[in-house]
Amino acid sequence: MQVKENFTPTIVAFCCNWCSYAGADLSGNNRLEYPANVKIIRIPCSCRLNPMFILRAFQRGADGVILCGCHPGDCHYTTGNYYARRRMTLLFSMLDYLGIEKERTRVEWVSAAEGAKFAQTMNEFVEAVTALGENKRLEDLRCKQ
Amino acid sequence: MQRIGVFVCWCGSNIAATVDVQAVADALAKEPGVVFATNYQYMCSQTGQDMIQEKIKELGLTGVVICSCSPRMHEATFRRTCEKAGLNPYMVEIANIREQVSWVHKDKAVGTEKAIILGRAAIAKVQLNTPLIAGESPVTKRALVIGGGIAGIQTALDIADAGFPVDIVETKPTIGGKMAQLDKTFPTLDCAACILTPKMVDAGQNDNIRILSYSEVEEVKGFVGNFEVKIRRKARYVKEDLCTGCGLCMEKCPQKKVPNEFNMGLDNRTAIYIPFAQAVPKVATIDANYCLMLKNGKCGLCSRNCTAGAIDYKQQDEFIEEKYGAIVVATGFNPISLDKFDEFAYSKSPDVVSSLEFERLMNAAGPTGGTLLRPSDRTHPHTIVFVQCVGSRCDASAEKGKEYCSKICCMYTAKHAMLTREKYPDTEVYVFYIDVRTPGKSFDEFYRRAVEQYNVHYIKGMVGKVVPEGGKLKVQASDLLDNRQIHIDADMVVLAAAIEPDKSARPLATKLTASMDTNDFFTEAHPKLRPVESPTAGVFLSGTCQGPKDIPETVAQAGAAASKVIGLLVKDKLIGNPCVAKPNELMCNGCSSCEKVCPYGAITYEDKPFRGPNRTTLIRRVACVNPAVCQGCGACTVACPSGAMDLQGFSNRQIMAEVDAICK
Repeated sequence: MQVKENFTPTIVAFCCNWCSYAGADLSGNNRLEYPANVKIIRIPCSCRLNPMFILRAFQRGADGVILCGCHPGDCHYTTGNYYARRRMTLLFSMLDYLGIEKERTRVEWVSAAEGAKFAQTMNEFVEAVTALGENKRLEDLRCKQ
Repeated sequence: MQRIGVFVCWCGSNIAATVDVQAVADALAKEPGVVFATNYQYMCSQTGQDMIQEKIKELGLTGVVICSCSPRMHEATFRRTCEKAGLNPYMVEIANIREQVSWVHKDKAVGTEKAIILGRAAIAKVQLNTPLIAGESPVTKRALVIGGGIAGIQTALDIADAGFPVDIVETKPTIGGKMAQLDKTFPTLDCAACILTPKMVDAGQNDNIRILSYSEVEEVKGFVGNFEVKIRRKARYVKEDLCTGCGLCMEKCPQKKVPNEFNMGLDNRTAIYIPFAQAVPKVATIDANYCLMLKNGKCGLCSRNCTAGAIDYKQQDEFIEEKYGAIVVATGFNPISLDKFDEFAYSKSPDVVSSLEFERLMNAAGPTGGTLLRPSDRTHPHTIVFVQCVGSRCDASAEKGKEYCSKICCMYTAKHAMLTREKYPDTEVYVFYIDVRTPGKSFDEFYRRAVEQYNVHYIKGMVGKVVPEGGKLKVQASDLLDNRQIHIDADMVVLAAAIEPDKSARPLATKLTASMDTNDFFTEAHPKLRPVESPTAGVFLSGTCQGPKDIPETVAQAGAAASKVIGLLVKDKLIGNPCVAKPNELMCNGCSSCEKVCPYGAITYEDKPFRGPNRTTLIRRVACVNPAVCQGCGACTVACPSGAMDLQGFSNRQIMAEVDAICK
């Protein structure tokens, strides 16, 4: 896969409402920069993330998808992030099999106090996805205008 | 198609400096469904809110998108604003263009572009929003307290004082719990019975409190405000309303060789018994495992001698069902079993005792009448070795003991050492410790008094071995500060056993769908900010069922739990969060996948009639979500194989619309 000049990947970040979304807000409060191609979608809990949403994102041309939730043991709903962890492990290995490199998908635990970790995670993730280049697998060309 | 209004906030220069708000409003005005788009300096100000309300009324908006700060900041504000203008508050979406755009990106063109995309995503979501109405549920104004120790008693008294009826369910024949077994209490050395028994009497006489002793919780159904609890009243073979507690039956009972659990098995009781003199309720109970009449049908002495006619050998377990608005768990603790600690010779010598046993040996109402005597030969011990942290602060890999600090042992060991030295100044007292932990009001002063005034020998180090030999206990230990081995010929060894949650806690947690940690302590809804609530709505925690605590902390937590219960019971109705799961019954096949992942037990199944082919009716099992219990995490929506379960406010279609808008 060739890397285009000035390629900016489209990144979808799913953040749980209680920890990671607040962590993302905190990196804003602290003015910690991360690339603008990260777009956050707020979900109540990491366990709300239906694998369908990730497939949809890749189908519509996303280059990387990241899920952020509360640290294990800290879930607002007690066990949600454990479900998310298991589901994503399965989904990511399936995606890998379908040719979507493991680096394009990621799960990260970010607490509401970890604004710096959020920004750092996003910087690293964007860098990794940029290095891989555009995602062509699973992309539904009919969606392209 | 919705009629959507878009309101872009400048937030002074916070947003406007890095985002071209005019360009954002212009771009979003072209989105399908948007009938109005504007920008304003401070959307959250009164003028800003007035403008939103005006436009809702003027243009008949059915959805509102606000591009502003984080929804964690002002979502509630804007929802209220829209509600006042007659719009359903759940028709509002926020695009976070401050914390997640203007504050993290410096380039204005980049920021503006991202703000437009986030605005589009919010518009795409609002297109699919549906008006949601928060459900209401009634509150049964009665509380249940499970456990009748000091935690349960205090909680019940506080709730009863506020005017609400409370039931205490206690598995033992009397309330009082562990505190009733204690001799003196640290750091003031007032006697436990003197401060506890008046509270027990208060609880017994309070019109709002019903004590269900010798009873257990059998089944819990329902949810916050509306619990239905089935309670087993175990057969005590004595009619509670007739027994006067005179104790004549205990004098007459021929079966006198029953280990007395109240005295930690250090003496015996009769088969019919009242655990201790100040028991509440003061009613006799027949121990069916030992009663000759119940076992062999031969005896009946108690029945013949009971002037009240209270004995009933044919009594059966009874079940009562009651409704409660709130449940408080106060199941307390037990010292761990010391059987695995062979190195201390606990099972080999009766003179090696646990601290709670020592407590009974020192207690004026105990088996020795308060004279400290060795259990083996009933002589006065001259050298006593106390060992701290027995089973506490153990290595996780060790198969015995607990990882946590039991918190109370340092203080009660100091108390025991001090009391021993005070009563018997000729006794040498050694305390072996890892650390002495005394962080409490007047705690360190108390410990220093034991060392400085009472000359208790505190030695930093652990006891390696205790060997019973020739009537003595040979104690081998190390002194870590002096770096030497110590050998002491002791008359008694007292082990400060770790404390663990009562065994009844785990099955109870399952019944309540309340969560526990790996040590079987109940987990709180938030370790710092919601310490007396369990994550399950309507279930509260009091005392050591949540973690090791001393008496003042337990009483404080009991009061806190009571105030939370009162706060719940004063409400006539509970208003729920409408963003809850909702099954599509036509798609649901009743497979139970969702029920298994629900952490709150909010999902049940019902057989419902559906229209079948040729005007027939089919009965199918479908999932039902109780909106009062569901907290809206969405775990079930992903578990559902047929895609029947969806989350209101965060539906599959809404989130996918956001994904589409972002990836376009």
